[in-house]
Amino acid sequence: MPSLATTILDLRQLDTLARQNSPVHRLDARAKTVVTLIFIICVVSYPKYDIAVILPFSIFPICLTTTAGLPAAYLARKVLAVLPFVVLVGLCNPLIDRETLLQFGQIPVSGGWVSMFSIVIRGTLTIAAAFILVGTTGMTAMTAALGRMGVPRIFCQQLLFMHRYLFVLGEEAGRAARARELRSFGSRDRSIASAAALIGHLLLRTWQRAERIYTAMLSRGYAGAMPESGDHARLAAVDLAFMAGWILIFAVLRMTHLPGLIGPAVKAVFS
Amino acid sequence: MSHHLVEADQLVHVYPDGTRALDGVSFTITHGESVAIIGANGAGKSTLLLHLNGVLLPSSGSVRIGHTPVTTATLGHIRRTVGLVFQNPDDQLFMPIVREDVAFGPRNLGFSGPELERCVMDALRQVDAIHLADKPPYNLSGGEKKRAAIAAVLAMSPDILVMDEPTSGLDPHARRQLIGLIREFQHTRIITSHDLDMVYDVCQRVIVLKDGRVAADGPAAAIFADKGLLEECRLEQPLRIQGCPVCGGRPC
Repeated sequence: MPSLATTILDLRQLDTLARQNSPVHRLDARAKTVVTLIFIICVVSYPKYDIAVILPFSIFPICLTTTAGLPAAYLARKVLAVLPFVVLVGLCNPLIDRETLLQFGQIPVSGGWVSMFSIVIRGTLTIAAAFILVGTTGMTAMTAALGRMGVPRIFCQQLLFMHRYLFVLGEEAGRAARARELRSFGSRDRSIASAAALIGHLLLRTWQRAERIYTAMLSRGYAGAMPESGDHARLAAVDLAFMAGWILIFAVLRMTHLPGLIGPAVKAVFS
Repeated sequence: MSHHLVEADQLVHVYPDGTRALDGVSFTITHGESVAIIGANGAGKSTLLLHLNGVLLPSSGSVRIGHTPVTTATLGHIRRTVGLVFQNPDDQLFMPIVREDVAFGPRNLGFSGPELERCVMDALRQVDAIHLADKPPYNLSGGEKKRAAIAAVLAMSPDILVMDEPTSGLDPHARRQLIGLIREFQHTRIITSHDLDMVYDVCQRVIVLKDGRVAADGPAAAIFADKGLLEECRLEQPLRIQGCPVCGGRPC
């Protein structure tokens, strides 16, 4: 399990990636956000036992990763780090749903296993898409895009502040945890009491910091609304083409059963 | 330029828990002066600073900035006139990149477009930080963060600069750079610090606070010559004017 500090350093790398330059990076943040959202909705909308029909959707993350020049290994590590939570969601399925759904050679496979596998596939695809969105757009541009698309300002501000202070809080938590470790002299006694005190302490510190930040904002003329970025660029032709192209691909994939079409075709060729 | 006086008159501040942090503080600072407010921990320095731009309001007494009293009705004007640089730059650099952060204040003042851009770049140039414009704050060193935070305040073109512990946590080189920077400013400067050598470099006048009251107010040289006063207020002479650590002799 990687430590908190390394996880945070890794997240910072996502920010660094977002400052690169590629055809995907140059697209309007709104276009990328909309396409990613539609992608996620499509992937999630399949019935619970579907696996094969979802797989062709992997074309979207693969295409974007290669065009944007994102390091695939890094993305894979990120997705793997989150995947345990996805597995947790599907964990009960094999226990509850024991009815045999299909036969894999001699081994009967229950519906529970199939639906759990389906959840993992969907999880991988959607998480990868989200990481790619942040890694090619950056949090600032993304929140600005959300604001311009009509998401209430207060949520956008929250998102922005969360992103900014996640690192600060993470560092604070890391220091506190190290201080505790240094004084526990290797004993494995990680009692709930001391963990609770540590978390409570962090909460109070965060609270105080929030107050200081608010004071700093007031000192600089903040009056309840974040100032407009003044960026009123319109969607360019390339943005519209990007959206139209991918939405079309998603629609075709969603309406047809691609593996069902290709499978018999391949069979026909080889027989 | 108008006369940007900073006047405190019998200023008292009592916190909700009953602590009497300021207990009748009075002083007048005139235009272009560079004044240090020094005192032990808990003497009321930070509380005093927060009154200067209306983050805290007096329990009794008053604060006037250029004859305008600090009240809820005048806050907009006051905060434009008085720029407050916080001790911890992390509390002040809340936007994702330095450029955005420096632009925050001017934007609130209604700047936009090329005018805003010029304002931001000017501020960054003044603190020699143009190369930091597109960096996120967490990638900056302590000294760089401090300079960015000062730029963020300068961008609002305040007449009065108030700084809380500007040199805390800086390495000697960054500290020296910052001292040079503060000395160059033409603003009225009000600085709190425990770094008395910096104070001696930067400020002509020193106000000593003790238990929420003004214990002394005068030229830096006179205050720092008074060992008895400094000791009584849990302070000491700047190292530079103390005796030589080897021979005990006075520096000449």
